[in-house]
Amino acid sequence: MSTQAPERFLDYDKSLACIHCGLCLSSCPTYLETGNENDSPRGRIYLMRAVQDGRLPVAGAAVTHIDRCLGCRACEAVCPSGVQYGNLLEHTRDHIEKKHQRSPFQTFLRRVAIEKVFPFPNRLKVALLPARIVKSLGVEPMLPKFAREALSLVPDNANSATLPEVSPARGETRGRLGFISGCAMTAMFGETNQASVRLLNRAGYEVATPKTQNCCGALYAHSGQLELARECARKNIAAFEDGKFDAIIINAAGCGSTLKEYDHLLHDDPVWAERAKKFSAKVKDLTEWMAPEMATCKTKPSDCKVTYHDACHLAHAQRITKPPREIVKAVAGNNYVELAESDVCCGSAGTYNLTEPEMAERLQNRKIENILKSGAQIVVTSNPGCLLQIKAGLKKAGSTVEAVHIADFLDRAACD
Amino acid sequence: MHPEGKTSLSPRIVDAFMAIVGKENVVYGEQELLVYECDAYTLEKNLPNVVLLPRSTDQISQVVKICAQEKLPIIPRGAGTSLSGSVLAVTGGVMICLSRMNRVLDIDFRNRRALVEAGCVNAWVTNAAKQKGFLYAPDPSSQSACTIGGNVAMNSGGPHTLKRGVTTNHVLGFEIVFPDGEIVWLGTRPDGSEDVPGYDLRGAVIGCEGMFGIVTRVLVKLIKAPQAYKTLLGIFESVDEASQTVSDIIAAGIVPGAMEMMDQMITQAVEAAYHFGFPLDAGAVLIVELDGLAAGLDKQADRVVEICKKNKAREVRIAKSEQERMDLWKSRKRAFGAIGRLSPNFLTQDGVVPRSQLPEIMRFIRQTSDKYGLRIPNVFHAGDGNIHPLILYDERDPQQVKNAVAAGNDILERCIELGGSATGEHGIGVEKIDFMAKQFSKETLDAMKMLRRVFDPETRCNPHKMFPGSKRCGDFAGKKQISA
Ligand SMILES: Cc1cc2nc3c(=O)[nH]c(=O)nc-3n(C[C@H](O)[C@H](O)[C@H](O)COP(=O)(O)OP(=O)(O)OC[C@H]3O[C@@H](n4cnc5c(N)ncnc54)[C@H](O)[C@@H]3O)c2cc1C
Ligand code: SF4
Ligand code: SF4
Repeated sequence: MSTQAPERFLDYDKSLACIHCGLCLSSCPTYLETGNENDSPRGRIYLMRAVQDGRLPVAGAAVTHIDRCLGCRACEAVCPSGVQYGNLLEHTRDHIEKKHQRSPFQTFLRRVAIEKVFPFPNRLKVALLPARIVKSLGVEPMLPKFAREALSLVPDNANSATLPEVSPARGETRGRLGFISGCAMTAMFGETNQASVRLLNRAGYEVATPKTQNCCGALYAHSGQLELARECARKNIAAFEDGKFDAIIINAAGCGSTLKEYDHLLHDDPVWAERAKKFSAKVKDLTEWMAPEMATCKTKPSDCKVTYHDACHLAHAQRITKPPREIVKAVAGNNYVELAESDVCCGSAGTYNLTEPEMAERLQNRKIENILKSGAQIVVTSNPGCLLQIKAGLKKAGSTVEAVHIADFLDRAACD
Repeated sequence: MHPEGKTSLSPRIVDAFMAIVGKENVVYGEQELLVYECDAYTLEKNLPNVVLLPRSTDQISQVVKICAQEKLPIIPRGAGTSLSGSVLAVTGGVMICLSRMNRVLDIDFRNRRALVEAGCVNAWVTNAAKQKGFLYAPDPSSQSACTIGGNVAMNSGGPHTLKRGVTTNHVLGFEIVFPDGEIVWLGTRPDGSEDVPGYDLRGAVIGCEGMFGIVTRVLVKLIKAPQAYKTLLGIFESVDEASQTVSDIIAAGIVPGAMEMMDQMITQAVEAAYHFGFPLDAGAVLIVELDGLAAGLDKQADRVVEICKKNKAREVRIAKSEQERMDLWKSRKRAFGAIGRLSPNFLTQDGVVPRSQLPEIMRFIRQTSDKYGLRIPNVFHAGDGNIHPLILYDERDPQQVKNAVAAGNDILERCIELGGSATGEHGIGVEKIDFMAKQFSKETLDAMKMLRRVFDPETRCNPHKMFPGSKRCGDFAGKKQISA
């Protein structure tokens, strides 16, 4: 099975940091589903190394199982050896995209849908138009399964309200924040963005949303298109550089983790490395910023059971699990219930439900089962992908449980 | 790769397996099998012929019957966290992996027991029981990943073994598929009483390293979580003084829940990794955890502080909150991971000495370190006299690889000379086969083999492990090794 030793794509020391202990296995969603070592973090690192050492070709087993990785980084959060799995994965995917010939359908999905539509809010809005028409006509059953699955994710009430360039603080101004509006957030959850800004204004911050910002580049980085991701990063750094912001706030966990890693992404770029570092240091998830404000934020208590789903890119990539719970608990009080497997990926994982629909659906079902078992009437989360995936799953299950973004949840409860 | 490892199975047999467990649960073909060539012990490697991921006892019994007909080796596998190559497919064979049989089936709080599938992760049992104030006591450092079936096969222990005992003290009974496919229940049944007449065959199977059959469901004991904990951190100038403290605490009639020691080098690495606040200049730190009824704990803690001080402890800290206690344990349990920051590779040994010999073996380890010019930090279950010297080396230097293996052997031989043994908890597997002949007489080994043949007359179940004279894989490459 040996092939010629390929060019180096893995950082030798980073991949050797894996001591093959297996402690990451039980936190990996795909391994929990299949029980196959190839679908585990330890197995995938083994496959990456085997490709690097020329023991396996860039095809077959290695591609199948690395494609199936959600990139949720649950493994990274539990690894005692500090293995930077996300980094190894991005470089391996980059290598696979360069060397591996995919089927025409997969190429279309990856090159057109993911790279040319999702990262552009306006294109995404146009692309969503036929989806909305199909939905309103009720002809979904006539579509092929993969299209139906994709369609089921489009929210019935997608809204794309835009934000003013500057929103003033309420009362005395305590500081000035930059706000990242996000592609999916802008196209489908415009009102959530407005709610987020309202919360920050209410807490006494002026919020600026520069028009020159663009996609954070997460979708490129995760699908192995590092150069395109770097281009996005440079544009955003430039957009926020002159603003003198106390922090740069993001309400989508997926984007947040990428924004916080611009310093790694541009590490080898002499012009941008320093600027990227400064930018990344300022990025804060909305919940990180708002949790300390809860002491002074007045809310109406919720009268039904509420639970919280950890978005992978918040819990694992950014290790933020306490602040969002503090916020939800501040509102829900004794009505808060912990969700079983709250930090196991819901299967959304960016564009994963387009490229790996089968596993995405299995994980969606697993998540919905846990939500239903919790007895909660509201499930709160902090990432658009998770919201879409969970909403669609709940609808499929015929459930009345409501999935809401944490900004909307808090905004609804806030009272002056 | 071993020559026999290359023989692939006939499509007829593979089809038969697929018909039983489902096509997607048969891992087949060299590319897909590669990740199954080793467990957490990576010095030796070989491919199994096929890996099966069954979902029920019945499926296991059916595939095992085919293996019996076709005279194929069977290798049970849990999470593959074994540190001694116990899951290595030395001559290929059919690996039966319990990863999909991982549910907690039933918890009977009234009788304080839980019925779980053998692939259930150790920590999940406590997770399922803790809301009602119960826990499953054996807590190997790998507990977040290793399976109850693997624990049964290895008779695993952990830091809290000192007071509560090892796996065999907490497993009431289990269902096992023998190598001929027969399904039997040994020990207490889920609805049965704890007294079982006749030989304790349950006890005979625990610690068999997967050689007597495949355990499929396990009935474990739950214990009431201690009402209170007092966790102390003693800071000492030297390992000797800390070791003496361990002996003195036991001699004073105190049985702590756990007593764990880290020497200076490992403490520094752990501090760099987890920022707990360990002193960087201390010769050794000793974690002593007392647990039980809140009433008597303070007095015991005072006694422990006194003993530490008598042995010239520089300082004794007491964890002030549950969070601090958890952080301390996290640092301890993940200590081996921090070692990845000190050295590209390391080899661990798992010897045991009588507690009173701890100062002696630590001195010997220091000498060995000087002799071979390799650094050897130590983190270990001091209360049990179970040491884990971590021999640091760089696999890119062949001389260092040789020295590391030699240093490990010297240390284990010394453990045996001091009246201890070559393994406390990681098992023999393929790694420590050579020590069996040093530790046991031929007669004893023959008796063990006879016992094995009772369960597996053809010695087809997890073959080539444990006994001197077993076949070995040729491939001996220095690779990262780890410890608990
Ligand atoms: C970081 C780390 C820390 C560790 N700390 C400790 C520790 O503190 N204490 C300790 O005792 N060990 C420790 N270990 C060793 C290891 O975790 C234990 O031996 C554990 O019990 C193995 O469980 P497993 O599920 O991974 O089994 P595997 O490694 O898959 O298998 C181990 C053995 O059990 C057999 N086996 C597995 N499942 C079954 C079954 N269902 N029926 C029959 N046989 C079976 C296999 O054939 C093999 O012989 C540690 C390992 C690591 C990597
Ligand atoms: S990634 Fe980390 S936890 Fe997983 S096997 Fe490697 S070292 Fe262990
Ligand atoms: S990123 Fe998620 S899916 Fe991928 S290996 Fe890690 S835990 Fe598994």
